[in-house]
Amino acid sequence: MINISDSATKLNSLNRRMFILAAAKIIILGGIVSRLFFLQVKENKKYLTLSDKNRIREWKLPPIRGEFQDYFGNTIAGNFEAYQLHIIPEEVEDFRYVIYRVKELLELSEKQFKKIVKKKNEIKPWETLIVADNLSWEKFSKINNHLYDLNGVKPVISISRDYPYKENFTHVLGYVSQANENDLLTNENIKEKFVPGLKVGKTGLEKSFEQKLIGSNSVERYEVNAYGRRISQLAFQTGDKGETIRLTIDTKIQELTNELLKEKAGSICVMDIYTGAIIAMHSSPSFDPNSFVFGISQDEWQLIRNNPMKPLVNKSLSGNYSPGSTIKPIVALSALENEIINPDFTVQCKGHKNPLELYGQTYHCWKKEGHGFVNLREAMKQSCDTYFYEVARRLGVDRLSVTAKKFGLGQKVFKDVFDNEKSGLVPNTEWKKNALGRNWVLGETIITGIGQGFIQTTPIQLCLMTAQIANGGYKIYPKIVANDDNQYADKFMPLYKKSRNIKIVQDAMFSSTNEVRGTSYRSRLDDPKYRFAGKTGTSQVKKITERDRELDLKTFEIPYEERDHALYVAFGPYKSPRYALSIIIEHGGSGGTVAAPLAKELFKVIIDRHEIRKNYDNKKYLDI
Amino acid sequence: MYQYRRFNNKNGFFQKFGNLDYILLSCLLILGFISLATMYSTDGGEVLFHTKSHFIKFFVFFLMMIVISFINIKFWFSLGYLSYVVILGMLIWTINFGITASGSKRWIDLYFLNLQPSELMKIFIILCLAKYFHRMKSQHVNSFYSICFSLIIIFVPMSLVIIQPDLGTSLLIAISGIVVLWFAGLNHKYFFYSCLLSIISLPIIISFLKPYQKLRVLTFLNPDRDPLGAGYQIIQSKIAVGSGGFTGKGFLKGTQSYLEFLPEKHTDFIFTLFSEEFGFIGSVLLLLIYSIIIYRVIRIGALSRSYFAKLFCYSFGTSIFIYVVINMSMVLGLLPIVGSPLPIMSYGGSSMLATMIGFGIVMSAKTHSQQSIA
Repeated sequence: MINISDSATKLNSLNRRMFILAAAKIIILGGIVSRLFFLQVKENKKYLTLSDKNRIREWKLPPIRGEFQDYFGNTIAGNFEAYQLHIIPEEVEDFRYVIYRVKELLELSEKQFKKIVKKKNEIKPWETLIVADNLSWEKFSKINNHLYDLNGVKPVISISRDYPYKENFTHVLGYVSQANENDLLTNENIKEKFVPGLKVGKTGLEKSFEQKLIGSNSVERYEVNAYGRRISQLAFQTGDKGETIRLTIDTKIQELTNELLKEKAGSICVMDIYTGAIIAMHSSPSFDPNSFVFGISQDEWQLIRNNPMKPLVNKSLSGNYSPGSTIKPIVALSALENEIINPDFTVQCKGHKNPLELYGQTYHCWKKEGHGFVNLREAMKQSCDTYFYEVARRLGVDRLSVTAKKFGLGQKVFKDVFDNEKSGLVPNTEWKKNALGRNWVLGETIITGIGQGFIQTTPIQLCLMTAQIANGGYKIYPKIVANDDNQYADKFMPLYKKSRNIKIVQDAMFSSTNEVRGTSYRSRLDDPKYRFAGKTGTSQVKKITERDRELDLKTFEIPYEERDHALYVAFGPYKSPRYALSIIIEHGGSGGTVAAPLAKELFKVIIDRHEIRKNYDNKKYLDI
Repeated sequence: MYQYRRFNNKNGFFQKFGNLDYILLSCLLILGFISLATMYSTDGGEVLFHTKSHFIKFFVFFLMMIVISFINIKFWFSLGYLSYVVILGMLIWTINFGITASGSKRWIDLYFLNLQPSELMKIFIILCLAKYFHRMKSQHVNSFYSICFSLIIIFVPMSLVIIQPDLGTSLLIAISGIVVLWFAGLNHKYFFYSCLLSIISLPIIISFLKPYQKLRVLTFLNPDRDPLGAGYQIIQSKIAVGSGGFTGKGFLKGTQSYLEFLPEKHTDFIFTLFSEEFGFIGSVLLLLIYSIIIYRVIRIGALSRSYFAKLFCYSFGTSIFIYVVINMSMVLGLLPIVGSPLPIMSYGGSSMLATMIGFGIVMSAKTHSQQSIA
């Protein structure tokens, strides 16, 4: 009996406790369910995102770069298919064997081979190892013939930059090369589109128009596992090719400029005097930009870098030269505009025996015997320095600098288009006071009158100056991109006070080229269709001493670095001008003998091609 | 009526067969089927090693459970102490001659099966303690002697498992034992005070933990501490469960497991995979199946005549509940990571064996519900 009641108590206690625990269990179960609800329903989005982030990985492919075309639509910077060799180490059974076999077939040097092996050790086994990035067709086909033996080796055709005209457009277009850290830091767009092996513009238009050219990446989206191995492709998003940019340049003329400047250091710029379109712009010596696409070899780089003619400098835009006598049209114009002189103003040039003397300094004319009595036209024709000393003295540097700036000297011609363009320098009294802290002296005005001293111009500025004189004195904005339709309020605004003054200067330039005793008379073209007007210039690199004057050495007898720069500016055809050009030959000697003959060659072609250019335009409009 | 039942209790094979709890059986079969399907998914949608092995184990041990259920509950009562001692012996054997894997000695090589005695201990400690308290008068339950003795019964296997080292299983053994003590009627105040004591001594206990165990605790407190190292498992598990959403990603479409982001997906994290593929609905259904199973186990206890059978069923049901809760809380980031399998779902022969023996004894209590034990 006791036993029974005791077991009853025990059972009671047991059942009571079971009840308590059952209640606890229900609460705990509720807790688990609410946790599940929280994770799976309430926070679902967050975890779904995290899960996708885990499993989905995107691979960007290099974007296809936009092309450059010349005015007639010929590709001057395009893309070509580069033959490459890729290996995915994981897919190769016997990597050592394969890599030695490849080495044999491609005839790799020990150094290249070591570099590849080192690269292999740095990447994950399922990542692509680029063994060769630009194989010749022979080697590429050789590899293809031996593929049966090369398990895991993939011959790949990839898109890369190509400059078919090699050195012709180097300074205009610049070149592309592998993007480096600096490119990523300075350009958000490059950073966003960066993939290993991406090539970006390093100089020139390639750099300036990077945003338009770069295009957009194709994106491959893969599902990957926890170790980063690709499991399956989910999507392929095709990117857009970069914009194609058409330039105003005429390849035929550009090639001619390159030919004319062969073996010389210098620059030629050709411009349409009404539209401001650049027809040709070349700086010599140039180099082949294709060398940079896959990384230039050290030897080749040193050769380019150490060349005394400085192939890396774009002389057309960043060469600061004393304009020499090519400034004389501006000096004359400024004096006429300010009514300092009239065309009949006459000065006597007495030669070296009797130079202009001011405050103990002597100012010689270039001609030993002197020019005698010369008026404006005669002085321009024969480039009489003494005449322009006198004009400059009367004019004063401040008034001269106003005119010079008006015609485009002393400021960047292309504004921001080229990052290496220099602005040159047009001095005045205020500038000297601010920059050098000293007062302007009269002697400096005198030599500024013949384009020596502080004054510095770039070849493209001289070309623009000539173009604006040639078109009758109207403001133009040079452009190099064909569809650049920037509207400027002051485009075609007159730069003169009296249009007669422009005519006088044009006529004087005509006489310089087409009349006997003109400095460039020998380079004239007699056919009225091609006849052009111009002004020579010879700018001194160093001051001419008395001794030099006595020796009167021929150009080839002077050391290269001390020879004068030869300059020539011209426009034509004279009857109805259309094109202006500027030529500079560094250390070439006298402008009349070295630079002007090039203009003769050029104008023949330029004027012949004008018809073609015009027809091309008309046809294009008809097509629309 | 009473007489009739007693008479009826001396029943034959077919009557026993009719007395089986078919709801419990079918729930176990459903669970087995779900676990096989999940295992099939962990094998990446192919019948590979884990699926085959799990199927064989489930099949064999399920049959074994039915066989056990035909054995009189009295037999299991008489076996209570002996089986406990045998398994203690096996634990000692494990320490000396066990198979070492990932830094701990847990298994005995039985040629056809690598047996993990600590898993068996989770069941047999209940059997042993249930027998111990079956005969005890209620006033003796809270006596010093009985408390000491039962604590020794718990502590010996627990410490043998701790030195393997296997903290998770030893905790589960202790919990199973304590559950029996609770049902046996041990005074509430003892539980209260020991709880208090363990909370106070927690910092000291932590200082005794091995570095990797400390790391787990720290990781539990802040999984983002080391997302690719110690916190990786729990973060990936939460991502998997969370990304499952309301209806899940679909069978064989769990990206987290399929793409190998989930660690230990066959064993401790099997629920994560299930939950990713079947979502909130599936998880709640799974919980429901577990709840029905536990409910049936406790109901069998409630209908049993003998105190031993009641105590065993209640404790076993509660233990299963605790295993499920601990495993789920762990993968849902509510508890630190301790190795604790999800009964029947997780891959592992010993765990399956122990669980099935437990269900077999419960089923035996059902078929012999009118059996009284002297």
